[in-house]
Order: sequence, then C-alpha cells, then structure tokens
Amino acid sequence: MAELFVGREDEFEDRGRKVIAHGDLEIGVFFVDGGFYAYENKCVHQGGPVCQGRILNRVVEMISDDKTSQGLAWSEDDVHIVCPWHGYEFNLKTGVHPGYKNARLRPFDVKLKDGEVYVVT
Amino acid sequence: MDSGVEQTRELPQEITTKTDTRDILARETQYQIDKGFRDWTIVDVDAHHSEMSSWREVVEYLDDPILKHYAHEFQARTGGAPGLSNHMPGLRYQDAGGRIPHQTHIGEKVEDDSVHRDVTLMRRSMDAMGLDHQILFPGNLLQLGTHPQPRVEAQLALAYNRWVCERILPMDDRVKTLLYLPISEPDMCMKIIKEFGENPNVSGFMITAVRYKPVHHNQFIPIYRELEERGLPLAFHAGLTWGDDWMKQLDLFISMHAISFVLCNIVHMTNWIIHGMQERFPKLDVIWIESGLAWLAFLMQRLDSEYLMRPSEAPLLKKLPSEYMADMFYTCQPIETSNMALTEETFKAVKAETQLLYASDWPHWDFNPPSTIYDLPFLDEQAKRNILGENAVKLFGIDTKKPKTA
Ligand code: FES
Repeated sequence: MAELFVGREDEFEDRGRKVIAHGDLEIGVFFVDGGFYAYENKCVHQGGPVCQGRILNRVVEMISDDKTSQGLAWSEDDVHIVCPWHGYEFNLKTGVHPGYKNARLRPFDVKLKDGEVYVVT
Repeated sequence: MDSGVEQTRELPQEITTKTDTRDILARETQYQIDKGFRDWTIVDVDAHHSEMSSWREVVEYLDDPILKHYAHEFQARTGGAPGLSNHMPGLRYQDAGGRIPHQTHIGEKVEDDSVHRDVTLMRRSMDAMGLDHQILFPGNLLQLGTHPQPRVEAQLALAYNRWVCERILPMDDRVKTLLYLPISEPDMCMKIIKEFGENPNVSGFMITAVRYKPVHHNQFIPIYRELEERGLPLAFHAGLTWGDDWMKQLDLFISMHAISFVLCNIVHMTNWIIHGMQERFPKLDVIWIESGLAWLAFLMQRLDSEYLMRPSEAPLLKKLPSEYMADMFYTCQPIETSNMALTEETFKAVKAETQLLYASDWPHWDFNPPSTIYDLPFLDEQAKRNILGENAVKLFGIDTKKPKTA
C-alpha cells in the first residue's frame, strides 16, 4: 500500500480535479460538493483516459404525472465525468454508469492530512 | 527517512480540442507496449480527414469553370465550407454536445509546414496507434451521394480525388485510399477509374452507401466490370442521414445514427446478393465499411430464410445468401461488444479470421483503437494478427517490408 501525494486541499475548487501518474498508474482525483473522489484514469469501455474528460451534470428527462415528456434538464445532484474517447459517463460520487451498473470505474481511497490530499493505492 | 509517500507527476486535467492526438491516444500506445503487440502489422482500413478544413484548396481542383465561380462566390460571402457540398447540419451532434473533443474540431498545434496539416495529423494518429498503413477517407463528402445535383456530386468527387492524390497521399507511403466514385454519373466513374486506377496510392474505389439508387442497376455494371478486370477492390462506405422518410421519425442523433449507418448497407447488400452480383463478378473483392458487425448475423439468417422459400426470385444464386456474404470483406468498426457471445457467433458467421479487417475510424467519436481487437477474449493470436493487419495486407497487396516510423 502506498500513499500518493496529489496536492493541497486548497488547490481544489468545487468540481476541480488533478490527474496524477505514478509509473503506469494514472489516477484522477475530483472535488465535488465538499468531498474527494478518486478513480483510475482508465475507462472500462476501451481503456480511454476517462478522468481527463469533461465534467457535466447528468442530463435528465422531465416526465410529468400524466407520463408526458416535458423535455430535458440538467440534474441538480448528479455530476458526471465523460470519457473523452467515446462518451461513456460515470457519476463522480459513485464511479458508476447511469444505465449500466456493471460499468464502473476503479475507485481509490482518498486521505486528507494537514491540508494535503493523498490517494491510497 | 522514508516518508511512505511516493513521487508522482501531474497530467493535464482535461483533454480538449487543442490536445495533441498523441496525448489523446497515449493510453493506447502504452497498452500496446505493455501487452507486446506494438510491433504487429496493423492496417487501418477506415480513417478520416476533414476535407472541409481544406475546402478552399479542394474547390481549386474543380474542372467546371461555372461551379468554380460559384465556389469562389460562396467563399467570398460565407467564408468557404460548406459551399457546393450538401453538408448536413445534423452532423454537428456527433461530438455529443462537446463531450467528445476529437470528433468535430481538431485544433491542436502543428508546426511542420513542409507537408499539409492533415498529413501531420494522420502521422500522429498512426504513430500513436502503432499503424503500418491507413486507408484514408473524406468526412463530410461521404454525404455527397444524396446531393440534389448529381452533376455537382460528380464534379466535386473528381476535384476531391485530384486534390487528395496530389496534396495528401504522396506525402506519406503509409497512407492509401479507396477513391470516391460518384455512381450517379457512371461516365464520371469510368473517367475516375481510368485516371487513378494505376495510382500507387489508390488501393481501390469506394461508393458512399447513403444514396437511393439500386446498386445492381444495369447502368452501374460497366463500373464493376472495369474494377474486376483491373483487380481493384470495391468498398461500400456506410454513412448517416436524417433525410430519408424512415429516419425522420428518429428525433435524436443516437437513434438516427444507430439505424441509418446500418440500414444503407443492409439495403445495398440485399440488392447485391439477391441480384447475383457475386455470381456475376466472382473475382471482384467487395468490402463493407463502417456498420459494425451485428447487422451481418441478422441479415444472413433473414436472407437465407427468404431465399429458401422464394428461389425463383433470385435465379442467379447457386448457394445461400449467407455463403455469399461470408465471401466478402468487412471492417469491424464500430464493433458491438455488450453481448460477447453474440459477437463471437457473428465472427464465426462472417469467417472473421479471413474476412474481417481492422478499422479505427479515427478521429470520429465511435473510433476503435487496435486494442479493441487484441482484447477480444475468443480470438487466438493468429486470428488477431489476421484481423489487425494480415487480411488487409493480402487484400490490398500491401508491401510490409517498410517499417513503421514510430
Ligand atoms: S474508452 Fe471511455 S468511452 Fe470508450
């Protein structure tokens, strides 16, 4: 088990991130809604650099009580990372694809010590 | 004292339209090294460049002085592309609203001005993906088959073909093409085959599959005869359209893209088989490009079932439609793998070991790097080598003695 230094806590803005490499292992560390989340920078689809994609809220469709569609909107809660190779999306807090539970990013624990951020590998 | 904390390095936070192709594809490069297949022969039978970025140059190759005048006038007033072409605005959805940065705009820095910018971009993708050869196609021009003015389609095809053969292909030995045939104008097709058929950078010819003329029509027979006599392969390159009546019901890009790319090849393949084109041109190598593979198992069974009940409507056939289909060639991209058992059966049905050709479709949003084939769990090493390169080497007679540059 090793601890990899990522950066100082105050370097992360909300929805900020750092992507670090240690040998061949690449890890993205994200700061979302006051929490840190870390995943391997390797997409479960075809191995793309998923942590270096765009961060966008999940798209939701608004269905009213009578089941008619009232159009699309941004989710207020779910923040996604989008893989830049082909567009797979993963919830940044769970690492899971919105429609396929088996597609999930490999998570790492994040440790905070004296204002510094580490991932545990 | 050992702090227990390991040294790391920081990578760019986000890949954007300005990121270097080699950085976008760095994971593939590393994967090939790790897995030990970087030195395999890899031939990419479908990659694209953006001819619209060079549209000002392309239209200078127009023969027709009046069309050239129009092209200049379009440029003067609207800035160039897409004047004269039938560029479809719906294509802008391809990058999924900016989520997939390498699709729509490649804005990376290119300093080398000794060759066309496209050549540098192609070299970067070939180096990153460990390719020995790449078959290059245009992008938006693949829509030309539905151009409302067949004469303009023909003139643009000739201009593009001349431009790509003069400005792009001679700059790198590794890059070849299957040149565009505007089959709405068979005379122009014959002119193009005669003008470029001997060009060492032209490995064959290509019909864009988004078009509404039955491919077995007598009008087109001389084209196929000419290609067969010259020993040059013919490819059907699928594409998308939101323009036909079925597609107009699909109001999202995902739906239209999923169906229209396959539908055009299903229609042409059905005509090709049922009208006995494989019996009429047994030596013509035919390649079906960019519809994935799942449609093949469906169509094989469907046509076999119908043919067995109605042989009088397909009197030229001497074997099952599926057997003719297994004699032709297919590119793998965009490969469907969500149900690996179905994928494996499809590979068997099309005799993938000899008939399947690796294709990246780079830089498009649904591209497949070579590792997609390498990682398939049901293939042995020889099958992987065949699909990634050896089948294409045989089909196109590629000289493999020249080493890849990186
Ligand atoms: S590799 Fe991530 S979406 Fe394909």
